[in-house]
Order: sequence, then C-alpha cells, then structure tokens
Amino acid sequence: MNTHHPAPVRRTFGSQLREALPGALRKLDPRELVHAPVMLVVEAGAVFTTVASVVSPSTMGIGVTIWLWLTVLFGTLAESVAEGRGKAQAASLRSLQQETPARRRRPDGSIEQVASTALKAGDVVVVEAGERIPGDGDVVEGVASVDESAVTGESAPVIRESGGDRSAVTGGTVVLSDQIVVRITSEPGHSFVDRMIALVEGSERQRTPNEVALNILLAFLTIIFVVVVGSLYYVADYSGAHQSWIVLVALLVCLIPTTIGALLSAIGIAGMDRLVRRNVLAMSGRAVEAAGDVDVLLLDKTGTITYGNRQASELLPLHGVAGGEMARAALLSSLADETPEGRSIVTLVHRLHSDLEESGAGGTLVEFSATTRMSGIDLPDRVIRKGAASAVAQWVRSTGAPESETSDRELSVLVDGVSASGGTPLVVAEQTDGGPARVLGVIHLKDVVKQGIRERFADMRAMGIRTVMITGDNAVTARAIAEEAGVDDFLAEATPEDKMALIRQEQHGGRLVAMCGDGTNDAPALAQADVGVAMNTGTMAAKEAGNMVDLDSDPTKLIDVVEIGKQLLITRGALTTFSVANDVAKYFAILPAMFVVAFPELDVLNVMQLSSPESAILSAVVFNALIIVALIPLSLRGVKYRPSSAVDLLRRNILVYGVGGLIAPFLGIKLLDLVISQIPGV
Amino acid sequence: MSAVGPAIGQVAVLVGALAVAVPLLGRHLAHVYTSPKHLAVERASYRVLRVDPDADQHWRTYSMSVLGFSLVGVLALYAIGRLQEHLPLSLGFAALPADGAWNTAVSFVTNTNWQWYSGESTVGHLMQMSGLTVQNFVSAAVGMAVAAAFARGLARNLAGGRVGNFWADLVRTVLRVLLPIALVAAVVLVLLGVVQNLLEPQVVHTLTGGTQSITGGPVASQEAIKELGTNGGGFYNANSAHPFENPKPFTDLFEVFLLLVIPFSMAWAFGIIVGDKRQGGAIMAVMALLWGGAVALLTWAEMAAPGTAPQLAGGAMEGKEVRFGEAASALFASSTTGTSTGAVNAMHDSLTAPGGGVAMFNMMLGEIAPGGVGSGLYGMLMLAILTVFLAGLMVGRTPEYLGKKIGQREIWLVGSYILATPVLVLVGIAVAITAADGLAGLQEAGPHGLSEALYAVTSASNNNGSAFGGLTSGTPFWNTLLGLCMLFGRFLPMVLVIALAGRFAAAHHLPPSAGTLPTHQPLFVALLTGVALVVVGLTFVPVLVLGPIAESLS
Repeated sequence: MNTHHPAPVRRTFGSQLREALPGALRKLDPRELVHAPVMLVVEAGAVFTTVASVVSPSTMGIGVTIWLWLTVLFGTLAESVAEGRGKAQAASLRSLQQETPARRRRPDGSIEQVASTALKAGDVVVVEAGERIPGDGDVVEGVASVDESAVTGESAPVIRESGGDRSAVTGGTVVLSDQIVVRITSEPGHSFVDRMIALVEGSERQRTPNEVALNILLAFLTIIFVVVVGSLYYVADYSGAHQSWIVLVALLVCLIPTTIGALLSAIGIAGMDRLVRRNVLAMSGRAVEAAGDVDVLLLDKTGTITYGNRQASELLPLHGVAGGEMARAALLSSLADETPEGRSIVTLVHRLHSDLEESGAGGTLVEFSATTRMSGIDLPDRVIRKGAASAVAQWVRSTGAPESETSDRELSVLVDGVSASGGTPLVVAEQTDGGPARVLGVIHLKDVVKQGIRERFADMRAMGIRTVMITGDNAVTARAIAEEAGVDDFLAEATPEDKMALIRQEQHGGRLVAMCGDGTNDAPALAQADVGVAMNTGTMAAKEAGNMVDLDSDPTKLIDVVEIGKQLLITRGALTTFSVANDVAKYFAILPAMFVVAFPELDVLNVMQLSSPESAILSAVVFNALIIVALIPLSLRGVKYRPSSAVDLLRRNILVYGVGGLIAPFLGIKLLDLVISQIPGV
Repeated sequence: MSAVGPAIGQVAVLVGALAVAVPLLGRHLAHVYTSPKHLAVERASYRVLRVDPDADQHWRTYSMSVLGFSLVGVLALYAIGRLQEHLPLSLGFAALPADGAWNTAVSFVTNTNWQWYSGESTVGHLMQMSGLTVQNFVSAAVGMAVAAAFARGLARNLAGGRVGNFWADLVRTVLRVLLPIALVAAVVLVLLGVVQNLLEPQVVHTLTGGTQSITGGPVASQEAIKELGTNGGGFYNANSAHPFENPKPFTDLFEVFLLLVIPFSMAWAFGIIVGDKRQGGAIMAVMALLWGGAVALLTWAEMAAPGTAPQLAGGAMEGKEVRFGEAASALFASSTTGTSTGAVNAMHDSLTAPGGGVAMFNMMLGEIAPGGVGSGLYGMLMLAILTVFLAGLMVGRTPEYLGKKIGQREIWLVGSYILATPVLVLVGIAVAITAADGLAGLQEAGPHGLSEALYAVTSASNNNGSAFGGLTSGTPFWNTLLGLCMLFGRFLPMVLVIALAGRFAAAHHLPPSAGTLPTHQPLFVALLTGVALVVVGLTFVPVLVLGPIAESLS
C-alpha cells in the first residue's frame, strides 16, 4: 500500500472549534440555513425571544435567548468543523492550479505558447522533463516518468505512456524525464484537481439522496411540533395556565429534532472526508451512500485477492528422491533466477532446509524462453532444468533416459494434483555428468491469497454482501482460489463483456454492484456499476466512468469504501434515533414546569425533582444545546462499526442510541438543574 | 366481589376465538384481493356499474375512483337527510338541518359514524337502511380496498404504478366478506335477543300507568355490520349500551369479537399478499401489543378507581351498564377506540379520568391497535415505513421496507400522512376551545371539559366516531368542524396511502440479504411499538397533560 497523504497535524478538538468559529458565524445567515429547516426554526425562535427579551427583560427570557442562539451556533459550528478538516488538503491541491505556460501544438505541427487556463478539451500540448502538465489528458505520444505526489501523496514517480491503460495524466503533476504529447480532456475549471478541491472542501457538496430524505422527514416532524406548541398556547389559555411565548418557543426547540438537524450535514461532510483520508475521492455523494447499500462486490483476483505473483509453496519429490536432493536442485536452479517465482523458490527452500548452503558459483544461468519453456542452470558437474511438465519430460527423454512407466505415472499424478488445486506445477530434472537426466520432483507454485482476505470476505458475508472474483484463469484454477479465499462466486476466463453482463444481470435482480477497474475496457462496466472505483493509475476514460477514484490504486480499497458508506448511514440513523428518543425526558422536564402553577398535582410528573419551573425549562434548553457539541466528535468520527449482520448491528445501536437516548437526557437535565438552580433569579 | 377472574376470562375467550378466526379469514381476504376470478353476481354488478374489473388501475385512477365513489355517497346521504320528510319509511321524522345532514353524510361515508343525533328520534328506517347501513358496508369496503391496494403495491415489482382495481376490490369486499359474515352475525344476534323488525314504534303502557313509545327496527342487521365494519353508528343513541342492541354479556363479547376480527385478519392477509406471512405476523403483533396494553390499562383504571362509591361497587360503575360491569366496559371501550369503531357499551364520559385518557390515546395513535377495517393496516404500515426510515439506517443501508427503497418521494408521502391527523386534531381543538360556539357545547369546565372537546375532535379526525358524551355536538359549529375533521381525516391519508402504493408498485423489488433490516422479528416489533408511542403518541402529550392527565392526578 502506498503512503497516505501527510495526516493533518493532530489538533485538539478545542482548537478545531476555535478555527471553525468564523465560518460558523457566517453560516448563521438564514439563507445558508435554508438547507437545515430544523435549525432555521431554532433561529427564528431565537430572533423571537431576543425581541421579546428586549421588550420585557427577564432572567428566564435572556437565558433562553442566549441558549437558543448557542443551539444554532453549535449546529453551524459542527458543519464548519467538518469542512475545516478538508481545508488543509485543498490548500495543497490549490498549489497545483497555478497558471503554467503550455506549449500547444497547432494542427499543422507548429508550437505556440498559451496559458494553461486557456486550454480547451481536444487541444494537444507538448510537455518536457521538468515541466508541469498543464491540464488533464491522455498521453498520445511518448513515454515519461511523472511525479504525481502532489495528487496521490505517493513519492515514487510513475510511468505514463501512450496507448494502453497508463495513459492518463493529471494537470499540475510534473514530468521528470523524457517528453510526452498530451491531448487535453478537460475544460478549464473542470479538471480533476478542481473537482478534488471542491470535494475536500465540501463547498460543492451535493446533499446525498438519503440525507435529503431525512431532512424532509425532520422538516415534517418540526412542522408537527410547531402545530403542537401553537395549539398548546390556546389549550393552556383555556385551562387557565397561560404560557408566555418564550416558554413555548423553548418547548418547541426542545421537541424538534435539533440534535440530528444540527449534525446532519456535518455527518455527510465527515463521511466524504473519511474517504478522502483513505485517498479515495468520491465524485458524488450518491456513490458513498450506494456503497453502504452494495449487495455484490466484483473483485479482480490479481492484486485484490492474491498477491499477483505465483509463489512456491511446496516441494514434491518423486518416490526414491531424497527431499534434500530435490531441494538442492530446486535451489541451485533458482539462485540466479530474478523472477518473483524464482525468488520464492529460494525462500521456500531456505525455510524448509535452513542448513542448505549453495552458492551455485561457476554456473551459467539458462533463462526461460518461450521455445524451451524451461529455465535452469548449467554447472560444471551437472545440468538442472525446471519448467512445464511436458517440456521437461521432452528434455529428459532427449538425454537418453529410459522410459519408466511407474515414474511417469507418479509424475503425472503429482502434476495433475497441483493443477487441480489451482496451482502451477514446475517439474525439476537433473542431469549429472552428462548421463541421462532424471526427474526429481515437482515444485508447487501457487497464487498466494492475501493474508486476512478470507476474514474480510467472511465479514462481507455477515453484512449480506456477496463477493464475486473476476479472473482470466481457467475454471479449475479459479475455483481452487475462490475456495481458498472464501469468495462466494467467481467468473473465470472473464472478458470485459462478461463482466458487463454479470453487472447487468445482478442489477436486473435488484442488487447494487460495486467494482473497481483501471483500463479503458473497464470503463463501460465502471459506468454501469452502482459503485465504480477507478484506479488512479488507470486511463482517463476509466476515471471518468467511475464514480470514485482511488489515488492509491489499491483494489482492496473497495471493501473499505463499503464500510465507510455503511458507517456514514449508521451514524446518521443512530443520531436520529438518539434525537427522537430524547424527547421523552424533555417532556418530563418541561411540561410539569409549565403547568405546575395551574395544576399543582402535575408535580408528580416532575420525576427528576427539578428545583423550579424556570430552572427546569432552562436546563432542558441548555441540555439540548450542549448535546450537539458533545456529539460533534461522534458525528465527525462516525459511530463505531464492526462488520456484522443487520440484526446484530440494529440490536447494538438501538441499545446504545435508542435506550441511551431515552436515559441520557434525564441525567443531563438533572445535573444541569443542580447548577442552574444556583443562579439567582432562576 | 372479585371481578379479576371474569375480566381475564373474557379476554381469554376473545383471544381464543380470534386465534381461530383470524388465520381463516386472513387467508380468505388474501384470496379475495389477489384472485383473478369473478363470481357471476360480481360480473352482474360490474355491468351495472359499467366498469371493467380486470383493468389494472394506475394509482391516480384508483384514488379518483375512491374519491368519486365517496363523493357520490356523501351527496346521496345528504339528499336523503335533507328530503327525509318527503320520503317513505321516515316514521314521520322531519328533514335534517343542513349542517346536520352534512355531518351525517360525511360521518357515514368516512366510516366514522359520529352521530350528533339520537338515531331513534331523528332518522327513519329509510335513512337507517338505505343510507347508513349501505354506507356501513361500502365505507368499510373502501377502507379495506385501499389497504389491499397498498399491500399489492408492496408486493409488486416494476408494475408501473398500477395497484389493482378499486371496483373489483369494493364489490368483492362487500359480496365475499362483509355481507356473508354480517348475515351470519345478524342471525346470531337475533337468536341472542337483538331486535329485528320493520314495525312502527310500539306504544306500551308502563307500570306507573304512563305510556312509552318504543322504536323497534332492523337493529340486528345494522348491529352486525356496525361492529364488523368498525363503523360504530348505533341504531339507538345509547348504542351498544342499549338492551335492544346488546342485550347480554355474550352478545357484548360477540360484538367485541366482530369489531376486532377483520382488522387483525387484514394484517394476516397482508402477510400472505406480500409473500411472507411473518411480515403480517409482526404487524399483527404490534397491533396486539398496543391493544392488549390498552385493555389492561383501561381495565385497571376502571376497576381500581379511587373513591368510596367505586370501591363499594367494585369499580367505577357510574355510566356503565350493570349487565356488563366495568371489565366488559373497559374491554369494549379499548377495542372500540383501538379499531376506529366508535360503538360504545358504556358512556366514555363516565370512564375514569385515566381510562378516558387511554381511550383517547388509543385513537390518537392513529387507529392502529388494531385499527379500522383496512385503515388500521395501512396506518400501521405507514408507521412501519417511518420506523424503517428512522431506525433502519442503523444497519448501514439506506432504508427499505419489504424490498422497496424509501427515498425522498416516499418520505414526503409518509411525512404528510403522519402530519395530517395530528394537525386536524390540534388545530381542531384550538379552534373548538377558542370559539364561543365551541365552548358553548362543553358540559363542564376545566380539564374534563377539555377532555370532552379533545375527545370529539380526536374521534372525528381519526374516523372513530365514539363520543365522550357531555358534549352537545348537534350545533352548526360542531357539526361543521367535526365534519371537516372527518372528511380530511379520512381521505387525505387515503390518497397519500394510494400514492405510496403506486410508488412502491412502480419500484424495483430488492431481494433481502443478511444486511437488510429484518422487519419480522421481535426487535422490529418492539421498535415499531416504540415509534408509535414516541413519535405519534408524544405529539399529544401536552394536551393530554392538561386534560385527562391533570384530571387523573387531581
């Protein structure tokens, strides 16, 4: 895995709040608050009590007014803090945007100097070593190493070349060597970096569908409570228990779902931010939500499920061959072999026979060639070959070795066994002193499944997500690896069309599909998938088609993306439940306080034994405001999430946020009352 | 006198009877609402109505059919009321006043059956039979049709907003469900001593030498559908407290059974229609939980009533029929308010303060325990969707119910639904106690007076129809206000429900996985009960505090 962006300097929560304060104050503008109807109602209430307190000042009125303003402020503060986290990153990205001179190639081949901001999609520019690439595009000629660290945080340069799947370049990155010709693909102001900045800053954040829906519901709940409180004014009058509008506004603010109303947008921004911290850029909020809903994960075998290179896992000597003998031959033949397979054989032999010390000095390395399909080493006293079974058998016969039915049969049993398990058999043979060669045994090369991947797939299964492995391997190999990795299904000998068909088929069944890809031929599938994560190393076409880009180009990230999506939704649901459950306690605090003068018997409902009506109402309002601040860290961090089934998640979260939401305000309001009742005049 | 034994005994008998009847009737209902076949008599009805019963209606067409059919019902009833003196079988009663005819017409078409008048001294047999009894059948059938459309909407996959055929639902409900059961029930009631005749009022000489005019009539036939269709409009003013309507404890229990059997069976049928009986079971469990809680609380409130007289009588007997006693009255009261029936076998004004509070709260929940025929099911399902939306996010997926995603449009409809009735009740009560004409109707001042008015607007807005008593509601002010509450309280939610059914029918059905919020388990049952109590119930706590709660505590 690549290095991540330099983590933002850890700041205390207090200092984050201080930095966010100016932004929070700006957000008090009612036009900004329109998207948070609950908070808009609180602000309207605050304006009302302010006027009322100026007209006829009272300790109670002033207290309520101050805390209503604080309630609104805490809400905007939460959003501002959430946005602040992306600011530092945006600043570093912005440095990429400085205007650079570009050399545009005219259709006739001549070069003109223009500013990078004047480039349009379709323009062709020439970039040389040491120059900044003036805009997003595809390399159409040449190959170059490019420093993309400013975008990806990865310091090692990457190769970008025309044609193939590594042709995309990002504006602002620097060419380190050679010269490339780039066709610009983005209009000014709509480049990849522009979008990244907008995303991490949250300035262009589109509210996600579920967030909008939740906002609608919160608005309805708010309207209901406005009607409740409005009618209560008249009912109270009838009952001879006249209530001041200040008290009624206090009741209203306590009843409407302010907690979730204040934190909703912060939760959304923080969710995107969590993705950004893992170097994934979601091009739309919808995709983040869809990630939580994903039913099927399509994962490429290579790089995601396996390490990508086959590794030696076992030495299988033939009958009559000593284990040590076979090991020595395998080691000698691989000492100078720099391929990953070769190195893995050396590692394996050293692990199995730590006493074996061979230098292989004086030998000549015979490299693998497509015609011989063997590699090996020629030593003064012997020749060792390893390779595909048929090729080695042919070589052995060519040295005049006698046909032996038993050893042939034994060999074919071993070879078939390895093949059937999904591995690749590598046969080792040795010829000593020019005599006839003999087969020593078989090296089992296998695709090594990444550590811990099986457990992650088990987690996915628990969450109800089906994993499908996509591979170009044949069905036998694919099945073996699928079983070992614990994926639910596999698609062998897959072509891009097969992948597309599979996605369509799953979607037709009503399931949401996530996949990742990098090549141009992945683009249609990435576009079709509900969550398509494009690798940053991939082509521009793939990046455009997907709705997320992984800057680390790590296909395993798909699983993280799903978890982040789920965590975002859970956080939203948990705080909504908490907010609604809080109402019960607030009723017990405020209603007896409002009516105890007219109906002394209602004091029975004052279960918290709050000291006075004024203190009770003020305590509820203060609790209502402080709980927002208390929950800001949770809304930014997201609630704790452990992959498990829906039932387990629900039970746990209901216990913590539902039942907790019922109980917490009783304690909180009581504690606040103990403090507030000390204030003279309350 | 220990009445605890019989109190538990009658509930046990009732629950036993329901346990047998509900699965049978539920299966029948599911068949009625999904079968493609028509009976011969139904074909004849469709020819008369000039409708195509096989046309799969778009939700807009379906709701226009519901509204159009109901409008015709209102106009017809209004006309009969206004022209009563010119019509046959009027028993010599005068025409109803305009506000009274409006209120009655709306009341019966909305399945509320709020009665501002005394049946035996205001309306003749023609109005009772052709107007009110017909509406007792069809208004109930309309509610059931809408619930069926909603269930089908949830069950369908990519059906382009089509939710079934209203006319087929209506005719089938009447012919295959309500008529046969009502017929059997009426016969049972007649056998048990309920009056059934078409005679002129009989003049009898009393023991003291005076004369008394006693109105008989088609009581048993109306009684059966009154309970079965959760209508509640009694032939007599005293409703099921009248010995001609409800002569003995067994008829009383039978009537409670009748009013509960369809609402619970609808939940069972729902499970079958959506292809997962457990879903229906969960909905039924929540209904049963809320109903059981109300019965227990109300029974306790009546039997443990404080005061010397109640303790001597073994409970708060004032205003209750001695034939039944307070336990049977409590059972009836909690069932009638939980089902939007509104029939009463005791005067709710005479319930103890907490008892009256429970009855009121039962209605305020939106008639879901187990609710009116049809309306109980769709009301509960709306809350189930709300629950899924509020809490369902906590499993880490965007909310879905029975494989249908709940997005912005859906939540608009659900939000409007849960907003509608509370607004009617709360605005209604504010208007009622502010206007002089409203206050004039109240019999008492203080919290009890508030309870009277609150009960009336709650009952009307939730289409219950039971009256608290004490309120003089037959005035132009109250007739108009309550008429509006009934009309909007019925049809606003209905249109929203049908629209949502259309949305669901058009949507993709998503297969469930281990990551989907299960909506058939005890956890969800508890959650839905909690949401009903906290989200809907809490809305009314402030006014309840000033009414029944203040009164209870004094």
